[in-house]
Amino acid sequence: MEKEKATIVLFSGDMDRALAAFNISVAAASLGMEVEVFFTFWGLGLLASRPYRLDKGSPLQRLLGLLSPGTPRRARLSRLNMAGLGKRAMLALMGKYRMPSLEELMGTAKSLGVRFVACTTTMALMGLEERDLPAADGFAGAASYVARASESRLNLFI
Amino acid sequence: MKPDQVLDCVGLYCPMPIARTAQKMEEMEEGQVLKVIADDPGIKEDMPAWCRKTGHELISMEEKEGEIHIMVRKAKSG
Repeated sequence: MEKEKATIVLFSGDMDRALAAFNISVAAASLGMEVEVFFTFWGLGLLASRPYRLDKGSPLQRLLGLLSPGTPRRARLSRLNMAGLGKRAMLALMGKYRMPSLEELMGTAKSLGVRFVACTTTMALMGLEERDLPAADGFAGAASYVARASESRLNLFI
Repeated sequence: MKPDQVLDCVGLYCPMPIARTAQKMEEMEEGQVLKVIADDPGIKEDMPAWCRKTGHELISMEEKEGEIHIMVRKAKSG
């Protein structure tokens, strides 16, 4: 029997939104679904293993790299981030209740077979190359997303 | 009933108990019974939903002093 598919567009690079995306990914994979997360725009930084490289690209792309968090560990809260203070409080609460961090949850998703795909158009826009996003399993455009989404039972934009 | 395996998920929140249960089930054989112990109340709805979706059989679920004890039998594949 072919597995049911779930597809999530992760547009946001915010820690809390990404936590929701990977929480759902892990649950869907645990329910036996074949899950793909399509990272675009601010979500791309979550596939980076270090802050964006600043030694290449146009001056505007370098500025974008400088201002973007990059890497899951550096992701900010969408609300009440307060220059990182709110985030630290949230992490402390998560730790208290033994909830996995974003990095851990992404690792769990990966180990359950969730596929991470990076949007090549936003990569070009932001001056990112494949080697800048080591956590990506694939690189594709909107057509592959739409094709897959049309075959998916679950489709979310976060 | 004596389970073949026991999975302690006390202190873990959604989606980890279900993720751990799914991983544990992979290692088990058809017809074997897994006992899951959890304390996140969400599991009371999540485990039946997981069983519905995956076809594994929910044998029983009971609450004991804030802990939820669940017995699940692995379904025959295919």
